[in-house]
Amino acid sequence: MCIKFGKESKKMNQSKQMTVEATVENIELITNFINTELEALDCPMKAQMQIDVAVDELFGNIAHYAYNPETGPATVMIDVEEDPLAVIITFMDHGKPYDPLSRDDPDITLSAEEREIGGLGVFLVKKTMDAVTYEYKDGKNILKIKKNI
Amino acid sequence: MTIDAKRNGTEVVIKVVGRVDSVTAPDFEKAVNENIEGAESLVFDFENLDYISSAGLRVLLMSQKKANANSCKMKLINVNETVNEILEVTGFLTILSIE
Repeated sequence: MCIKFGKESKKMNQSKQMTVEATVENIELITNFINTELEALDCPMKAQMQIDVAVDELFGNIAHYAYNPETGPATVMIDVEEDPLAVIITFMDHGKPYDPLSRDDPDITLSAEEREIGGLGVFLVKKTMDAVTYEYKDGKNILKIKKNI
Repeated sequence: MTIDAKRNGTEVVIKVVGRVDSVTAPDFEKAVNENIEGAESLVFDFENLDYISSAGLRVLLMSQKKANANSCKMKLINVNETVNEILEVTGFLTILSIE
């Protein structure tokens, strides 16, 4: 668990969610679903791109690892907070328990030859989102990201 | 994502348009592999690249390693702010050449 969510913010609207089979091919469906909600909020383009990258990393991880070698469903939910305006996106699957935040950050000072790519996606999400949390609850991996927009 | 790869002798320019993500990174990798052999200069034109996720960074790292091994000069041009920030926070600015 790296960053805690603030408690003072209040949830304003009803969350929207989408459940699809966790496959790489379905990343586009999820991205389009999220982008539709972000555009309705007049989300700045830079924040939208950062969120799109986060969706690719996190949904991609579920698609690659959660049910491997089988497949299974994943649910992505978006909530909006006001004061300050922020979106919270929740990724849920009931695959193998795995906390992606538990692994060490990659060493980004190494040369190209020494550099390893593992863990870079989650590291990028941690760097560009305002909060990232993970919990395993009721048989589900629940990963939440928050972005102030 | 669409890719436009042009080769002029030993100079290769790869223009990437759209998003490089988990879905499109394999095509990006294929375009690099089809063009890097014998190249002395490899330029990635990112003018119309919206964003790149870690799947695409993996391809850039692979490309840089191949370029280093083959004395090929590799550089990125026309990098937008979003992509530049992704390269910065992941430490890629220090291992790639950007103009």
